[in-house]
Amino acid sequence: MQIDRRLISHLDWTLLLLSATIVGIGIVTIYSANYDMAEGHAGALPMRQVTWLGLGLIAMFGAMSFDYHYIDRLAYPFYGAMLVLLILVIIIGHSGGGSQRWINLGFFRLQPSEPAKLAIVLFMAKYFQTDEPPKGYYLRDLWVPFALVVPLILLTLIQPDLGTAIILGVVFISMVLMGGLRLRSFAYLVAAGIAFLPIGWQFLKQYQRNRILTFLDPDRDPLGAGYHVIQSQIAIGSGKIFGKGFMHGTQNRLNFLPEQHTDFIFAVFSEEWGLIGCAVLLLLYFGLIAYSIRLVQRAKDRFGALLVFGMIAIIFWHVVINVAMVSGIMPVVGVPLPLVSYGGSALASMMFAVGVMMNVSMRRYIF
Amino acid sequence: MATLGEINKQDGAPELRRRSVWLFAILIFAFLGLSLRMIFLQAIHGERYTFLSENNRIRLKRVPGTRGMVLDRYGELLVDSRPSFDLFFVPEDSDAPETTLRSLARYLKWDESELLKTYEDNKSRAAFDEITLGRDVEWSTIVAVETHQLDLPGVTLRARPRRNYVDGQAAAHVLGYLGEINQKQLQTSREQGYAIGDEIGQYGLERKWENVLRGRSGGQQVEVDALGRRVRVLHEVSDVPGYTVHLTLDRQLQQTAYEALKGKEGTLVAIDVHSGAILALASTPAFDPNVFARGIKGNEWNALLKDKLRPLNNRATQGQFPPGSTFKIIMAIAALEEGVINPEASISDPGFFPFGNRNFRDWKEGGHGSVNFHRAIVVSCDTYFYQLGPKLGVDRIAKWAKAFGLGEKSGIALDDERGGTIPDTAWKMKRFRQPWYPGETVSVAIGQGYVTVTPLQMANMMATVANGGKLFRPRIVSKVESVDGTTVRDYGPELIRTIEIKPDTLNRVRNALADVVKAGTGGMARSPLIEIAGKTGTAQVVEMKGAYLKSEQLSYFSRDHAWFVAYAPVQDPQVAIAVLVEHGGHGGDAAAPMAKKVFEKFIELQKQRTEKQQVRLEGETRAD
Repeated sequence: MQIDRRLISHLDWTLLLLSATIVGIGIVTIYSANYDMAEGHAGALPMRQVTWLGLGLIAMFGAMSFDYHYIDRLAYPFYGAMLVLLILVIIIGHSGGGSQRWINLGFFRLQPSEPAKLAIVLFMAKYFQTDEPPKGYYLRDLWVPFALVVPLILLTLIQPDLGTAIILGVVFISMVLMGGLRLRSFAYLVAAGIAFLPIGWQFLKQYQRNRILTFLDPDRDPLGAGYHVIQSQIAIGSGKIFGKGFMHGTQNRLNFLPEQHTDFIFAVFSEEWGLIGCAVLLLLYFGLIAYSIRLVQRAKDRFGALLVFGMIAIIFWHVVINVAMVSGIMPVVGVPLPLVSYGGSALASMMFAVGVMMNVSMRRYIF
Repeated sequence: MATLGEINKQDGAPELRRRSVWLFAILIFAFLGLSLRMIFLQAIHGERYTFLSENNRIRLKRVPGTRGMVLDRYGELLVDSRPSFDLFFVPEDSDAPETTLRSLARYLKWDESELLKTYEDNKSRAAFDEITLGRDVEWSTIVAVETHQLDLPGVTLRARPRRNYVDGQAAAHVLGYLGEINQKQLQTSREQGYAIGDEIGQYGLERKWENVLRGRSGGQQVEVDALGRRVRVLHEVSDVPGYTVHLTLDRQLQQTAYEALKGKEGTLVAIDVHSGAILALASTPAFDPNVFARGIKGNEWNALLKDKLRPLNNRATQGQFPPGSTFKIIMAIAALEEGVINPEASISDPGFFPFGNRNFRDWKEGGHGSVNFHRAIVVSCDTYFYQLGPKLGVDRIAKWAKAFGLGEKSGIALDDERGGTIPDTAWKMKRFRQPWYPGETVSVAIGQGYVTVTPLQMANMMATVANGGKLFRPRIVSKVESVDGTTVRDYGPELIRTIEIKPDTLNRVRNALADVVKAGTGGMARSPLIEIAGKTGTAQVVEMKGAYLKSEQLSYFSRDHAWFVAYAPVQDPQVAIAVLVEHGGHGGDAAAPMAKKVFEKFIELQKQRTEKQQVRLEGETRAD
């Protein structure tokens, strides 16, 4: 494979710098969250995250190294691989914290639901790359993407991983809307979804119903999720304007958050860096997403634009849902903060997403 | 070929570009919302949250659900949970933790250095985690701590239900014990609401019936003051007590069984012949479940594990022993039912049975002389049963043994039951990839060789002989009730199968078994209070070649196991018993007297209870 020299000169430094800064903030915060006061040093997690960063760089540069039009051919095989992995998780998966989400590869525990998020974007971009009908798509035109996405969502739901299932759902809907679904058809879709809810409810077991009810109303579980949200709000709020300073957070020293370094990392960050820090981090995300929307507008073709849009959707929904849940305006579902939360599968998948955006960006000048 | 200009004109995706304007709107709207939330939390309410964070003001207190009671068949208490108080210390709540501990030691007259050591040992715990200073503390301690609350910041008492096993060791193996949940159990059961530090059934009924007994734990989200004392309860989830479990056991009979066995290694199972209800199930040596309830210490646990006599083993359900001569009951029934012998015909017993190139020895040197079917059982003549072996063949023997529930798990609702082995040709081919040798059938005929059974199976087999062929599943739990007394589930008798046995066969076998006690090897079980029918057995531990050694001449662990299986009363059988005494030597001497004690207690209790009932009935009639 030859990399055109022009490509290097077109490397998208804005995207690269924005995401690198966010990853850096993540590693620093993981260091603090994993710091052991009694031992006087941090645990193994920050170093491991650096290792995952290496893995992420490979994923990112891998995603940039070929003309993104090849993705057209790779989309379905990639989807198939994800489907197989998600089925494997159910069969031989490693469970932790009450759900079964990982496949143990020895040196690495792969969480296939993370790359599965990418699969949706890839096959949807492929599906929608041809010009849309003048009056937009009807629902019946879209049975293929629906048939492809439903198994992914069901497989993550039974792990159970409600957070990922929701992300898969909203990314799918975002892509369908962007791809050209008629608004009226979208309304039908929403109506059908609402109508289906009570029927689906009948099929659930009592404990599954309880879990969903708790999801909708954490106060139902004041000793579990409800308690986490309160402690996480205390952590954020007590950071005030300037924060308590790096490594001076106190809330994350307590054993209240089961996921201090993953889903609740934003609470740790906010306590130490305060409103100023939050503003900086949110601005970085804002910049990353806003800049990428410009890429959608400037992309050379529909396929590239859809790829970039899909990656934006992934990042956007993760940030919004994660921050909203940690700060107590949304029910707690397990969704990581992209590029910041600890976890190899998540970090590598997010960096792959950035890589795809950079790929489209640097090839927009080449014909 | 399109020119560059044309491509530029039609490049990109115009529809997407149009829609992406909306994306900016959505993005700004969403991030504005998030930012407002941060301002609300950090700028507006920052002070309030800082206050709450300062001393970890909002804490979680778990309240474990009260475990259900266990009662015997007459409603007598076997296990309950009584309130107890644990003493905790949260060092972060005290400005000077060590001073606080010194004051505590003074008030309680406890050893100061030990308290300080406990504190030091727990230095690496997470902040605001409690250190347990004492479990199940005395009343005087509670009073002292309450009185000096203000001097003891960070010291708290909390009630927690403690398991109480009324009869200690007597029913240890049935009831089992609780232990702190381990990592593996936590992983598989976190869904069901278990948390670190919870207790979970680890053995016996406590384990097998965990889901019924445990109830659900609750907890409180509380706000505390700077001293760690509760200011108010923010949220509360009340705990749900577990169900009450009624057993089929008779507490008094159980005690008698345990007392009879005490000092020996062995087991006794008593079973109601008409329903499969277990009336007593004792195994010795036993352990005291109360030791687990108060928290077993490392050295105590190691001692239990390392004990050569294996006190944690439930010999009734987990012990697999050769049945020895007690197996002759199966042989006798099989021989008559299959019609391979004339019960009136006698054989001559020279003291051995020549088969192949080997002489199989009778236990009695010189033999029993002329022996027919009846006498063979009464004197437990090995030679008579040796010759039955090849006549029946191992597969027919196995068929009858299995019909009586031998060699397979009975399905009793206790954990880790074993099945034993009833060998046949197919089994041997599968297990050893070898054909069955006819000589092996001769050993099987007297309950040796590959044959192993559990004492529970033998008791149930005897019950089946006593009731005329009905094999019930042995039951230990009769009923599950909720706390308010409504029956949640009833466990009635469960008939596994009815074995077709000719009345003539039953009569002959039963008469012989009665004569075993009246005039045979089971003489030690003879009782003036109740007429007993039974069969002795001696299971070889080490194969003896050559000399006839008395068991006293052997080293302890090579001595034979003693069996006695029986039922009573002979005329109207009600209860069947199997006794096994490990290394007890001859069954008639070691095991039979134990069975006798339990039978006598059974009759005595029955008499008492009918008398009581009569008094009550008379009282009621008089009241009319």
